[in-house]
Amino acid sequence: MTDVSMTVNGRQVTGSVEDRTLLVQFLRDNLGLTGTHVGCDTSQCGACVVHLDGQAVKSCTLLAVQASGSSVTTIEGLAPSATELHPMQAAFRENHGLQCGYCTPGMIMTAVDMVARHGADLDEKTVRDELDGNICRCTGYHNIVKAILSVAQSMQGSGEGQRIAAE
Amino acid sequence: MYQTEYKRAGSLDEAAQLVAASGGEGKYVSGGMTLIPTMKQRLASPSLLVDLRHVEGHKGIAVSGQTVTIKGGTTHAEIAASEELKGVAPGFAGLAQLIGDPAVRHMGTIGGSVANFDPAADYPAALLAMEATILTDKREVAASDFFLGLFETALDENEIVTGVRFEAPESSAYEKFRNPASRYAMCGVFVAKRGEGKVGVGVTGAGASGAFRWAEAESALSGRFDVSALDGLAVDEGEMISDLHGSSAYRANLVKVVAKRAAKKAGASGGPEVSGPKTPGGDAP
Ligand SMILES: Cc1cc2nc3c(=O)[nH]c(=O)nc-3n(C[C@H](O)[C@H](O)[C@H](O)COP(=O)(O)OP(=O)(O)OC[C@H]3O[C@@H](n4cnc5c(N)ncnc54)[C@H](O)[C@@H]3O)c2cc1C
Ligand code: FES
Ligand code: FES
Repeated sequence: MTDVSMTVNGRQVTGSVEDRTLLVQFLRDNLGLTGTHVGCDTSQCGACVVHLDGQAVKSCTLLAVQASGSSVTTIEGLAPSATELHPMQAAFRENHGLQCGYCTPGMIMTAVDMVARHGADLDEKTVRDELDGNICRCTGYHNIVKAILSVAQSMQGSGEGQRIAAE
Repeated sequence: MYQTEYKRAGSLDEAAQLVAASGGEGKYVSGGMTLIPTMKQRLASPSLLVDLRHVEGHKGIAVSGQTVTIKGGTTHAEIAASEELKGVAPGFAGLAQLIGDPAVRHMGTIGGSVANFDPAADYPAALLAMEATILTDKREVAASDFFLGLFETALDENEIVTGVRFEAPESSAYEKFRNPASRYAMCGVFVAKRGEGKVGVGVTGAGASGAFRWAEAESALSGRFDVSALDGLAVDEGEMISDLHGSSAYRANLVKVVAKRAAKKAGASGGPEVSGPKTPGGDAP
């Protein structure tokens, strides 16, 4: 067993894990943060996407020990308060970007990362390309793309970028 | 996943010592984007993992004149986003942008990819076409002497890939025909127009022994940098991969089709307008 410590959603956490423990297992089983999902065992579906030091990564393809010392943001850490959604969450809701919701946490974490990197320049082709690693079995992606683009467009000259990227 | 032990190396020397002391059971982990999935499938069971991700100075891109040096710990995302690299070798930066997906590109490294030499890995096509040099903690090896066969490289046990170095070509482009499910190349071709009319052609995803240089295409395009120079050429079907995604005959044809598209993207004259979904990765004028 190895002691790990990291910042998760702004909170310092520690735990004792087997070295083979995946980050997603640590988040779900040790910390009870079950918003991060596991949808495959081949690193392809993206249901498990979280941010590691501000970048989207697949938490099913990373050991908890590899993430020790880092800062992790999960879907639970996005909303500014219990009564307010993050703009990307609001956009998914507004645009009907989810059906069963299984892929949604990973989609949103990928989307936030995407908008943080591209800002208002984000276009539809780039969104579709960069959703390569996120699989949705329900929506056909169309409304997911719409939701992401709506957030990118709302950033035009609004200074919203800081808020979206801020974690 | 089987039990393993994890250690974080502070330097490449320390990493090499740790793996050397593990009696052949230890492995380096860089981005883990190949190794962790393989361990999850129980196809690999290293008793020790030595993490190179926190080694200082093992990351970075340096461009000096036309000479590009990329350190082994540099991620695909960093390569794809480097303005400096895009300035001299946009074809190579564009190739990195086509690897996997954003999350894979944030973790995966060029050193890990080169060391692993998956038959469908993208970088080897470019490194072969540009006659790049692979840098290790012990020596420098020409790409064509480094990539030996399926998952087989010239690396000695415990040897670490510390980077790659190449001369930026005059123009270059990568064309990738993806397997729609895995996103890996069914066939990827990198065409590099280098100085003095020399053209390099590297092919990945199709060859049964991994990426290779297509010598006939190189001499044809070196003689005449026109897409039609590839007419009448063919790769040996017997040397192509055959699997459930495509027969070797299919792949042999694909190599030619994709090579033509890559040549066109790299600025070769002639040839049909490239149709179908446009992918980034080209720097044709
Ligand atoms: C969903 C998905 C899609 C992918 N798609 C593509 C694709 O389209 N094209 C593509 O090319 N790749 C693809 N990959 C693979 C990805 O590019 C990997 O990042 C890369 O092949 C390995 O790099 P790594 O840093 O992750 O290495 P790791 O997984 O950490 O290591 C791979 C192997 O190399 C060894 N190693 C690692 N670093 C070094 C070093 N510096 N020196 C010596 N040995 C070392 C390790 O011991 C291990 O055996 C994909 C991966 C995933 C999960
Ligand atoms: S659960 Fe991580 S990619 Fe599918
Ligand atoms: S909403 Fe059901 S998988 Fe995407």
